[in-house]
Amino acid sequence: MSTAFRTCPVTRLKVHSQADALIKANAVAATIFLIVGGIAAFLVLLTRWQVVHLLDAAWFYRMLTIHGMSMLIFFILFFEMAVLYFAGPVVLSSRVPAPRIGWLSFVVMAIGALTVEWAMWTGRADVMFSSYVPLKAHWSYYLGVILFAVGALTVVGLFFASLVVAKRERTYEGSIPLVTFGALTAAIIAVVTLGHGAAIYIPTFLWSIGVMHVDPAVYRLVFWGLGHSAQQINLGAMVALWYMLGALTVGAVVLNEKISRSAFVLYILFINMAAAHHLLVDPVAGPAWKVWNTSYAMYLAVLASMVHGFTIPAGIEVGQRLRGVTQGMFGWLRKAPWGDPGFSSLIFSIVIFGFVGGITGVTFGTEQINLIAHNTLRIPGHFHATVVGGTALAFMGATYYLIPLIFRKQVAFWPLAKIQPYVFAFGMLVFTMAMTFAGTFGVPRRHWDITFSNTSFDLQYSPAVDLVIGIMAVGGLIAALGGAMYVLVTVWSVFFGRRFDLETVKTGGQI
Amino acid sequence: MHTALEPPKGVWWKPAGRAEKLWVGIAFGWCLVLFAMMPLWHLKGEQNTTGIRRKVEPEAFQARTIEFIQQYQIGTEKGIPVVEPPPGSDVYLLARMWNWVPILKLQKGAEYTLHLSSMDLNHGFNLYPMNINLQVVPDYDYALRIVPGEAGDLRIVCNEFCGIGHHTMIGKLIVVDESAETVTYGGGER
Ligand code: HEM
Ligand SMILES: [Cu+2]
Ligand SMILES: [Cu+2]
Repeated sequence: MSTAFRTCPVTRLKVHSQADALIKANAVAATIFLIVGGIAAFLVLLTRWQVVHLLDAAWFYRMLTIHGMSMLIFFILFFEMAVLYFAGPVVLSSRVPAPRIGWLSFVVMAIGALTVEWAMWTGRADVMFSSYVPLKAHWSYYLGVILFAVGALTVVGLFFASLVVAKRERTYEGSIPLVTFGALTAAIIAVVTLGHGAAIYIPTFLWSIGVMHVDPAVYRLVFWGLGHSAQQINLGAMVALWYMLGALTVGAVVLNEKISRSAFVLYILFINMAAAHHLLVDPVAGPAWKVWNTSYAMYLAVLASMVHGFTIPAGIEVGQRLRGVTQGMFGWLRKAPWGDPGFSSLIFSIVIFGFVGGITGVTFGTEQINLIAHNTLRIPGHFHATVVGGTALAFMGATYYLIPLIFRKQVAFWPLAKIQPYVFAFGMLVFTMAMTFAGTFGVPRRHWDITFSNTSFDLQYSPAVDLVIGIMAVGGLIAALGGAMYVLVTVWSVFFGRRFDLETVKTGGQI
Repeated sequence: MHTALEPPKGVWWKPAGRAEKLWVGIAFGWCLVLFAMMPLWHLKGEQNTTGIRRKVEPEAFQARTIEFIQQYQIGTEKGIPVVEPPPGSDVYLLARMWNWVPILKLQKGAEYTLHLSSMDLNHGFNLYPMNINLQVVPDYDYALRIVPGEAGDLRIVCNEFCGIGHHTMIGKLIVVDESAETVTYGGGER
């Protein structure tokens, strides 16, 4: 058994070879879908910027579906599978129980994802990721999603099993670390989420082959039970990675386990109900249901994020002071390792998620403001701040540690890697704010032609809209450049990079 | 002190520090403010999304809309009937791939019950330039009490993806100011 483990020279954690391999496989798959989704983002962006108006209408809607699925579902979830293998077996220095099941799940997820990609690229599923019934895709699309979800759920089960195994085999002393706890909350939310997923995709699949009826309003309700909860998996995983990056970059400490863990538990308890904010301007539910679910329930989840938004920077400050960085009130921040892409990603992720994503989210989630925000560009403006500026950027930051610690390669093109988070975060900040602002004029999302050139009635938005969309495009292009830098650095490091060992670190030899 | 990657040993359920307690208090207080605002806005605010909610067969809704058009039609524009219902009445707006039927002519300041539904897919009701957005779901009648607040030649943009012609789906809605019109045409009667 012992040969299956290596000891990480930096963290002193014992890493099981199967954990290593599964993390690598899932991270590589995530990156492949990031590339696909990124290319789609570029094309969609250049079409919405009507000065260029690159794609025709059919390919615009197709690419938008491809972008949403490849990014939000495949990239994010494959990466989260890697996070689960890390936060379970690696952090607890234990083995991966039943690694074969891990590989089987990986294959099932890959088959599911490829099936969906095939359906989308061949024009069999021009339905957007939300695929609102009765807008119908080819049955293979729904089947692919189901396969992907089954695979993901199995990995979640394996994560739970790894906690049990680690406890039983006493690979650690005391309670599970906070990072693992955060991943555990994400995993629990994943079970709830995927339950909704089964409850909606199985009937919809049956509907697509003509053996069942699905009510359009029920679809929207259950779909968002899946779709919104899925964002809380991302949230849980992202916050766990925030704590991890704090620890790895500056030795940030946990101020109080009780507070941080209770905040994670709030996510589990309340986030599911907050899915109601997707239905605020729907015809079906009543006002009491809308108000209850989107205020009482949602704000307790918001509270949790506000708590983490305090404890993580505070933990960084205390960690820095313990390491002797004590000058003045903000010396800990000024003297922080801003050249470490793991650290800069962490800070930008917190800031963009909290300020841009959080504030837009809380406001759009109220009944009356939703009336002026629903399905306008405000909505993608909001969620690119949460899931891209927040989650994807945190994943990028984590990758800069994944490469040396798991792939055991040096990060290639180090000067490029150093500035990558700055480029991506700046671009995303401009992109999301401009997009949100464009939405205030009522500009619709998912729309190929806001000049309404071929329609029976004319409509001319204020000239300011052209300007704002132009700014959005420039921000998006800068972010896309940041994304391309990330892909270049990671792919090069992993496939052509030099081996990483402690000697190079000691001599400061990052190339 | 330990990092988030290290397992805490022993009992970790310990009282929080002063700064943390203070922050949790502030955050919780802020949440309470938000809690209070939600119902308050609903009661005090002018615009809610609450309608009289009913399930409806698309065919039945279509039949009702046709009947409504026949009753109050005053003209046609671009092949779409223009309809002027009396204040206080039930008005029907049907969404289908890819137009909005009919063109409603409403009076500023009068109350109507606006019935929205779809013949086929989900559509999005986006009123330009007011920027009011509602989801239009097939099989459901979204009946909202509305009072047009501003006169104008308005547009209804579909903002839910509804197939390849989605971006061509734009409708028209006219709000007239009766009192202003009387003045314009110089009619003596009031
Ligand atoms: C440089 C990076 C990116 C750029 C420039 C970009 C750009 C865009 C644009 C222009 C849209 C279309 C908005 C509309 O017309 O409604 C869009 C939609 C979307 N994006 Fe991104 N995006 C990026 C990265 C991401 C990432 C990393 C994710 C997820 C993790 C993501 C998730 C989505 C989703 C879910 C949609 C909505 C699709 C739909 O309406 O069905 N994006 N993005
Ligand atoms: Cu439509
Ligand atoms: Cu549409």
